[in-house]
Amino acid sequence: MAVEQPAPPAAGVGSPGAPTPAADDGLGGGRGRVLRKVLGDAKGVVGIALLAVVVLGALLAPVLAPYGPTEVNFETPFQRPLTVGYLLGTDDLGRDVLSRILFGLRASLQVGLLAVGLAVVVGVPLGLVAGWWKGVDAVVSRVTDLLLAFPFLIIAVGLAAIGGASLGNAAIALGVAAIPTMVRVVRAETLRVRSRPFVDAARTMDASGPRILATHVLPNAGSAIIVQATIIMPTAVIGEALLSFLGLGIQPPTPSLGIMLSDAQQYLLRAPSAAVLPGLAIAVICLGFNLLGDALRDALDPLTVPARRRRRGKAAAR
Amino acid sequence: MGRYLFHRAWQSLVTLVLASVVVFLGVRALPGDPALALAGEEATPEQLAAVRADLGLDQSLPVQYGRYVGQLLSGDLGESTRTGQPVADLVATTLPVTAWLSLYALVVAVALGVGAGVVAAVRRGRWQEWAVSTTSVVLLSVPSFWIGILAVLVLAVWAGLFPASGYVSPLEDPLRALWHLTMPAFVLGTAIAAVVMRQTRASMLETLSADFVRTARAKGLSPRRVLGRYALRNSLVVVVTVVGLQLGGLISGAVVTERIFGLPGLGRLTLDAVFTRDYAVIQAVVILVTAFYVVINLAVDALYSLLDPRVRVDA
Repeated sequence: MAVEQPAPPAAGVGSPGAPTPAADDGLGGGRGRVLRKVLGDAKGVVGIALLAVVVLGALLAPVLAPYGPTEVNFETPFQRPLTVGYLLGTDDLGRDVLSRILFGLRASLQVGLLAVGLAVVVGVPLGLVAGWWKGVDAVVSRVTDLLLAFPFLIIAVGLAAIGGASLGNAAIALGVAAIPTMVRVVRAETLRVRSRPFVDAARTMDASGPRILATHVLPNAGSAIIVQATIIMPTAVIGEALLSFLGLGIQPPTPSLGIMLSDAQQYLLRAPSAAVLPGLAIAVICLGFNLLGDALRDALDPLTVPARRRRRGKAAAR
Repeated sequence: MGRYLFHRAWQSLVTLVLASVVVFLGVRALPGDPALALAGEEATPEQLAAVRADLGLDQSLPVQYGRYVGQLLSGDLGESTRTGQPVADLVATTLPVTAWLSLYALVVAVALGVGAGVVAAVRRGRWQEWAVSTTSVVLLSVPSFWIGILAVLVLAVWAGLFPASGYVSPLEDPLRALWHLTMPAFVLGTAIAAVVMRQTRASMLETLSADFVRTARAKGLSPRRVLGRYALRNSLVVVVTVVGLQLGGLISGAVVTERIFGLPGLGRLTLDAVFTRDYAVIQAVVILVTAFYVVINLAVDALYSLLDPRVRVDA
């Protein structure tokens, strides 16, 4: 599974900006700088720590989980947390809550990554094209404006009606819902970069539009895309839980944090902890991404925008 | 302004037509033959053909689409494939529940969001700002439907303050309705309030440092008047935008909230329809929600130009 992907953004973040202008700015390597800034920021450290726990838990679920996630034991239903053998207790069917949460994390991250992937694969090219060619922009922007606030649940309902409720359809619905913001972000970056001198230089050297977009604009939009991905990820994780809670996402008995919450609501009085713990797990994932995203934004912002502006100002003074 | 709104209304109409085409084609893409489902497995080919002709399925797609739009415009949403009830009736009984819930939630969201946002901006750097900002970050990181379940657990099951489920129409018994709807509306409303609060705070901070606010203060106007008539009015455009953008969230959220609190609204109707493959109902709900969404967006745009005359020039 590609579950370990959340980590690379932190390390690879500087590289997209490196090839063209940032490489010669004498600031000393964007990549290490951003990483150091994120690690020097309390939000970044806490975010990375939370995500490390989540990702490790999800990756090592088969090893860490004391029981199978769907292993039913009718002898021991509704065990309280901290019971011997059941750290987080059991549910109505005697299934181990800890094991189910660990496997549920997998499903959450899987759907989140699929949704982010879809948003990147569709949203980034659309944003680049819309920012470069005015004619396309009119159409693309109109459609994204429209989709921007469209209830994603309606998309999910439509997909579930046509293709049946599943992990894949949930991911598609969430990804489609995330495309408009990704298009907007990339389009804005393209508009910002297209007026820069190195793009003019490429133009005078007769580089084609697609070539400039791929070699100059896209690398410069990299950090914005990564920050946007850290925003989409928690939204998709909550979205997956919500869809599975409603029965529109992952289908039982496959463990999902949303399904666990839905089940737990049936026996709230007997096992309140079963309603609390999966929600906490979702909150930890989202808090991790939100904190890391905030730290990344802070680390990238002063580095890219003002530093360049200052340099441009100096150049003009000379 | 008239021209601008006309232009926007025209765009909205195009959107609605597009949406109806998508829904129409989407339903045709569904697996299974509706005529077969209606006539039953043992139907003879003649019976099947009769049903097909009755449903208009023997005609070309454009003709079928024209017929579909004609029915929509005359308020005929078809019949539930499961119960045979007119979908319009089903919508009529469930829509008010969702409408009351959403309206109440919206009031909660705006009151809490704008109130907290203004407090955070005015009390900048003090504990109030910190408290408001922290609450909003937590609210944004936590799934609101989980807060709903916890609210049921704590406020309904343990404390017994509110009913865990059930619905009473405000037209029948306003007080009992309020009692039943308060918890759902707050769960749905606070999620949106967190976003509204963030934007209100940011926008108020900007406005409060603007020249015209300094002038108003220098003129000796009371702080309350400066805040209400000058700063807040200018921030309202932002609030309206944010609330407009949260509309989709409100609709999605209402479905979940209805599920948690057992409210017999449009959300429950939709989910039941998905589980029982009642395509007529799904089709109707998707079209209705899209129409509602487009109309409200148009209304938000119209509201802009009322609140901020500069918007008209931009159009």
